[in-house]
This record gives sequence, C-alpha cells and structure tokens, in this order.
Amino acid sequence: MKSDPHPFADTHLRKRHRRARWFKNLTLFAIGLSISFLFYFLTDMVVKGLPAFQQTYIKVTIHYTTQSQSNPFAALDKSYRKIISRAWYRALPQQMAVNPALLNTQAEVWALADDQVDQYLKGHYHNLKPKERTLVDHLQAKGEVVLKFNALFFSHSDSKIPEFAGLKSAMVGSVLTLFITMVLAFPLGVMTAVYLEEFAIDNRWTQFIEININNLAAIPSILFGLLGLAIFINLFGLPRSSALVGGLTLALMTLPIIIVSARAALRSIPDSIRQAGYGLGLSKLQVVQDHVLPLAFPGILTGSIIGLAHAMGETAPLIIIGMIAFIPDSPDSFTQAATVMPAQIFTWAGMPERAYIEKTAAAIMVLLGVLLSFNGLAIYLRKKFAVKW
Amino acid sequence: MMVFTPKNKIKNHKESLIKSLLIIASTLSILTTFGILFSILFEAIEFFQLKSVWYFLTGSQWTPGRVDSQFGALPIFSGTFMITFIALAVAIPVGLGSAIYMSEYASWQMRDWLKPMLEVLAGIPTVVYGFFAAITVAPLVVTVCESLGLRASFNNALASGLVMGIMIIPLISSLSDDIIRAVPDAQRKASLALGMTHSETIQHIVLPSAMPGIVSASLLALSKALGETMVVVMAAGLRPNLTWNPLEDMTTVTVQIVDSLVGDHAFDSPDTLSAFALGLVLFLVTLVLNIFSLMMIRRFKEKYKINTL
Amino acid sequence: MENKIKVTGLNLWYGDNHALNNVSIDIYKNHITALIGPSGCGKSTFLRCLNRMNDLIRNIRITGDVVIDGKNIYDKDVDEVSVRKHIGMVFQQPNPFPKSIYDNVAYAPLKHGQVKKGQTCDDLVEQSLRRANLWVEVKDKLQQPGTSLSGGQQQRLCIARTIAVQPEVILMDEPTSALDPISTEKIEALMLELKQDYSIITVTHNMQQAARVADYTAFFHLGLLIEYAETETIFINPVQKKTEDYVTGRYG
Repeated sequence: MKSDPHPFADTHLRKRHRRARWFKNLTLFAIGLSISFLFYFLTDMVVKGLPAFQQTYIKVTIHYTTQSQSNPFAALDKSYRKIISRAWYRALPQQMAVNPALLNTQAEVWALADDQVDQYLKGHYHNLKPKERTLVDHLQAKGEVVLKFNALFFSHSDSKIPEFAGLKSAMVGSVLTLFITMVLAFPLGVMTAVYLEEFAIDNRWTQFIEININNLAAIPSILFGLLGLAIFINLFGLPRSSALVGGLTLALMTLPIIIVSARAALRSIPDSIRQAGYGLGLSKLQVVQDHVLPLAFPGILTGSIIGLAHAMGETAPLIIIGMIAFIPDSPDSFTQAATVMPAQIFTWAGMPERAYIEKTAAAIMVLLGVLLSFNGLAIYLRKKFAVKW
Repeated sequence: MMVFTPKNKIKNHKESLIKSLLIIASTLSILTTFGILFSILFEAIEFFQLKSVWYFLTGSQWTPGRVDSQFGALPIFSGTFMITFIALAVAIPVGLGSAIYMSEYASWQMRDWLKPMLEVLAGIPTVVYGFFAAITVAPLVVTVCESLGLRASFNNALASGLVMGIMIIPLISSLSDDIIRAVPDAQRKASLALGMTHSETIQHIVLPSAMPGIVSASLLALSKALGETMVVVMAAGLRPNLTWNPLEDMTTVTVQIVDSLVGDHAFDSPDTLSAFALGLVLFLVTLVLNIFSLMMIRRFKEKYKINTL
Repeated sequence: MENKIKVTGLNLWYGDNHALNNVSIDIYKNHITALIGPSGCGKSTFLRCLNRMNDLIRNIRITGDVVIDGKNIYDKDVDEVSVRKHIGMVFQQPNPFPKSIYDNVAYAPLKHGQVKKGQTCDDLVEQSLRRANLWVEVKDKLQQPGTSLSGGQQQRLCIARTIAVQPEVILMDEPTSALDPISTEKIEALMLELKQDYSIITVTHNMQQAARVADYTAFFHLGLLIEYAETETIFINPVQKKTEDYVTGRYG
C-alpha cells in the first residue's frame, strides 16, 4: 500500500463518498420523478383540453320557410345536414316562433358544426364520410369554416350532443353545493377548534374527540357517501342528487380539515396575548373573542380555503348520493337535482364520443384553474399575514 | 378603596351558553364517525342475514344480479391489494426520496420551489387522476406491453396502481419531510463530528430516528390507497378477477361499492346491500390503520417534544 | 512542548459579518486550552473551524491556515470528513443518538472500518466507556437507549463516543453548561485525565472552570484574539486591559 501523503489522507473515504453521492442522486432522482410526473400530467391535460376552447362554426344561409318550421333540416341545403349540429337545427323552430317576422326571409349566419366536423378539423379521430369531408375541405378553402372561441362551453349545460355540451350547470351546482358546505363547516369547524384549543381540559373525552377528528380526516371519502345515502337521503328523506345533500356530506368531510388548520392557527398565537387580556380583567370568552380569534383569523381563513378547494374536487361521495345525474338545465334551488364540476368530468370521461375527451380535459383545466387560484390565494394570505412571534 | 363587581349573572349566562355551543360543535365529529359506522353497519347486518359472512370473506365467486347470486369477496380483496401494493411500491420510495432531498439536500430557494409543486400534485382532484389513468396511462401501458410482446388489458391494474402511486407521493413526502426536519439537528452534528458523510448521517442516524413517523405516513398512505375510489372506478375493471398478473383487469372494493349503488337495484336487494358489507370491511380496516398511524406519530412527537406536527 | 495545531491569519465571514478577524494561535499537544470571551465573540466559531464544522453553514467564507500535524486542513486535497475523524467534538447539549449505549459508541468505528463486529468491537466499546469513566455505571445495560441516561452520563457517553474513533484532538463546546455541578465536576476530572492522551480545546462561559482545568487560555473579543497565554497569566496578570476587565467580571 502506498504511504499516506498527509495525516488526513484516507483511501477508504473515496468509496464512502461515492456511496454518499449515489444516495444523494437517488433522492434527487425521486424528486425529479415527482416533478416530471406533475409536468407530464399538466402538459397532457393542456394538450388534450386546449382544443375544446375552440369550436367549429360553418357559414350557412338559412331559409326561414313554413317547411323549415316543422322540419328544421329544410332550412339549409341538404348537403349541410350531416355537418351542422343537430342542436343548432333543433333551435330553429323556437327561433321562428319567437320572431314570426323571420318567415320567408333568408339570413347568413355562422352555424355550430357537428362534433365530427370539429374533430376532423382538429385532426382527431372522426367518422365523416369522404363526401362530407370533401365538402368541409371545400368550405374551409372558401373561408366558410372557422374555429371560434367556444363560449357555449361556459354558457351551456350538459348535453348528449357533444358540441353543445357545456359546464354551466356543473359550475352552478358546485357553487350551490359548496355554499352549503362552507356555511356549515366553517362555523362548526372554528367552534370546535376554539373549544379544543382554548376551553377543553386535556382529559379522556378531549383525547377521544381529537383521535376522532384525525381519524375522520383519513377515512375514505366514499364512506361519507354511504353516510349521506343512509342518513340524509334514506333516513331524513332529503332529495337525492340535490346540492343540499351534497353540501351536507361534503361539510362533514371538510370539517376535520378546517378544525386541524384552525387549531394550528390558534396554537400559534402566543400565550402572552392571552395573559395580557386576563391581566386587563377580561373574561376568557372576551379574550378569545376579541384578541385570540382576530389574530388567528388569517390562519383559519387559509385553512378553510384549502378545505374548500378539497371539497370542490371531491367526487366519490357525490356519486354515491346520485350527483352524477344528467342535468341539462342549471339548478336554481338547493333541493333540485344538481351535478358538480368533478362529477361532470366523471360523466364526460365515460362518454363514448371522441369529442367528449377534449371536453373532459377542458373541464379539468377549468377545475384545476379554480383550485390553483384558491390554493394560490391561501398561500398569498399565509405569506401576507405571516407573523413571527 | 377597591370595589369588586359582583358576578354578573347575565354575562355569566351568556358565557356558559356559548361554551355549551362550542361543546356541542365539538361532538359533531364523534357523531359523524358513529353516523358512518351505524349507517354502514345496519345495512351490512341486513346483508349478512341474507348471505353468509364466512363465504363473503373467503369465497371466490362474486356473481351479483343473478337468481343464485354469490358474494365471495376474495377476488375483490385481492384486486384491491394488488392495486394498493403497486401504488405503495411507487409512492413510498419516490415520496420518501423526495422528502429526503427536500429536507436534507435542497437549498432554501430550491425548497421554496419544490414544496408548492408537490402541493399542486396533492391538490389535483382524484377524478382528474382517474381520467389521466384511463385515457393516458392505461393505453400507454398497453402499448409498452405490446412492444414487449405482453398482453395487457385496457383496464389493467398496473395503470390504476401507478397513477394512484403518483397521487399518494405528496402525502408521503410532505409528512416525511416534516418528520425528517423535526429530527433534532444535534444528532446530525454529532454524527458529522464523528467523521460521517452527510449521506451516512441521513441513512444511519436521521432516518432511523424518523422511522416511526415514516411508518406512520406509510400507514396513512396505505389507508388512502385502499379507500381511493375515482382512479379505480375510472381506470380499473369491473370484473372480479383472482390473479397475480397486474396486466389483467381487476376490480376493487370501492369499484364494487360504486357499481352496486349506481345501478337500478332495489335498495334492499343483496346486490345493493353488498356495497355496505364491503363498506364495513373498508371502514374497519382503514380505522385500524389510521389509529395505528396516529399512535405512532404521537409517540414520535412525545419523544422529541414536538407539538406542531 | 510540542505544537499540535498552528493557526495563522484565520478570517471568517458569515455573509458580510466578519466573525473572526486574523486569528493566529498555537495549540500545544497534551494540554487543555480554554477559549473564553463574551457571547458572540467568535470563540465557538473558532472552535468549529478546527474540525471544519463551519463548512456546513451556507454563505460562509474562510481564509487563513489551520495546520494540524504539519498539514493545512483547508488545503484542497484534504477531505473534511477525515478531518472530523481525527478531531473529535463534544457539544454543549449532550446529544446521544437514539440508539443503544453500545451502538452509540460502536457506530462510528464500525462505519470507519476501524473495527469489525465481534470481540474487537466489544473491547473497543468497553475501553472507550472505561476511558470516559462510564463503564461501571452502564456495563449491565449496554443495550438500553443512550437517551435513558442522566444528563451527565449522556455527556460522558458522548465523550466515550468521540474517543472510540481514536482522535488526536478533542474539541469541547461548553461541555458542562447544560449539566449540574456534580456532573460538571466529573467531566472536569475526566478532561484532566484525558489530556494525557489527547489535546483538548474547550470553549467555556465559566471562568472558574477555565481556571480549574485549562493549561492555556485564549480570550476572544469581537472576533479578535485579544490575549493568549498560560491560564495563570490570563487570570492573575493579564497584559491587556480588556482581558483584565473580563476576567474580573466587569462585563460579559
């Protein structure tokens, strides 16, 4: 063996350093993998969903005739029959009934194209016949086929006709459901947290409650659906598929999240604040109400927004209580049948037509957009109100 | 002279009223747990009056919707465990590795980037993962298998398991990250001062100290994987299939619960009630896992006197 | 008197904060050297320069030479990991690993490949624990966790753990400040025994302790080495006014 060049030379160490680097690279690989999953996933959704924000329209000349009043297909040239949306045809008689002056006139409009034409233009799988394809190509060359921003996606509700399907009823349903959820879960969660942090003495009962809350946070969400089905629907007789039952079920699920974060927020308020309050002769309730809660409020709010985002993405329990019904019109009360955005994603994902894939991905983009802004807001509030005690 | 106000009755009344309200609110969580338990239990009992418990737990034929329907849940349990196993095989190493990198190697600036990214991964709704599994990953698995000369079903268990694993990574990484950082720095310093490399310190000192927390996180992940619904409903199969091959289609407890409750069966038919029997098993198993996990984390916290986790 | 460590022109910056300013000092073999000074004077920082523990802190810059046994430990061809193997360190808070008493002592020698599992390792553990005056108290409970011991015992376990690696220098960062007087006395007695085999450098807040155990004492103030001499000189007849003010308790 070569003699040591200096007292700190250690040939054994080189091997150990190599192993150390290996280990470090292994962990780097792991986090790299997690992050690339995220990017692969997001890219995949955007690539799949982005086309849905545009929809094909075809320039047509409508002939408002008495015949087209009973058979809307007569309003256009016969060759357009397969390439214009059935939904668009269906709306014609209604239009003429509302505005009788249209009779025996002509109009040039952009009509909603059939989903097969839309998919063909976007380069996806389609089942257009060669004849229809040549027609579309021909019209496109003339500039009579264009892709426009798909406003229908936001102004229309679910439909069995893919090009006519939109998110509106699901968005309304989500708002109604989450309203119920937050109205219940926020006050109850904060009250529980206040009780456990400020009033409860550490006895078996309190520990039991604590274990319960932590356990509830980890119970599979589908079981909350079984609870909703058995208690809210079968026992209390509340209307199935309604925003009310959905909101109640989600409230029970969101409660633990709000409690845990509210407790953390309350715990971060130093005891000196409470002592100061008592020193001024305030009662416990006054101290909590006037001093501790306002200081803890940003933290509680942050936790509640995260809880809200969580509830917003939840699907499984809502399937069990029937919130995956086909809802062609937006609900306007809490007891009407409703659906929510993730449930709409679920139903669209199960549809056989190719056009629904991009709809699903687009709905996912909308949902993720909302959720990310919620989370962003929570992070912003956390940073803005971060106080170092 | 000092004057002490006598106890104000109205004020006292108000205080105790509010306090009782707070107590009532706090018992709601217990009501929820018992609500879940009983709403499942009663229907499950009804099911077991119609069908044998023993056959339910050990039988291998699951044939609902027939006159002589049989409810042997073994193939359902096996599918659940297969998919869960794949998910954990992805999530534990990747999640733990990510946590180690974030807590031990990454600089502060890097951490500030990495942590929110994993939070995004955690914030993605399960239905979205389900869509991803069904539309992107499952066909990918089939294509890759074909090029290797293997046959894979479009509802293969591997795709559901992989995606579920990705979904669970942030759960493991964020809990483990908190726990690894809670290991006192004095231990790292002691090891480094003895001439250990950073990686040796992590492997021999930090990780063993953090082990109860890491095990606790893994148990929570297991509980989550067993009860995960959307990914498997959208990407796994409906056919009970007792097999070791992850490329075949398999079904899970949650898939069967959804399937039997979404169809048009009478509510008191064994087909519908079987959902509650499966739900009861799921409830009990996850309950045991959760409580075990909570106990381990509690012990860890007491050991290092942490009250922030 | 043999010179063990020769520090020349050592400077250290934490970001913009010049924490050690041109420190030069000779540390002698088989003696105890105490570093004293008010909080934030740089004595602990200086101590950590001697086994390159400061390398772990981001945003730090070190210039100057720390020559140990004729080799500058900040030379490019020196691995800081092996420096720490040769220069042991004992911390302020006893910090045994959450392992058994036996494993606490055996851990590093096993990993360094200094011993193999079995009789030789058992012997090393016994020898190290004996050397740290802990053997009699723990010989029947070697498999119990190190954290189950009392504070003073834990600190002696940490010393045994350090000795087991067979270092030549032991750095001690206020080793008794977290201990009760009786444990402190035991540690001080141990330090006096250990100096026969090791060169010991200790940081202390407690001037009586420095006076009791140290052969040489260095007084630091605001990152500067103000005075370094035999302990007696520092405490009875210091040259510098600042040293006199400090040792007579006028500030600090």
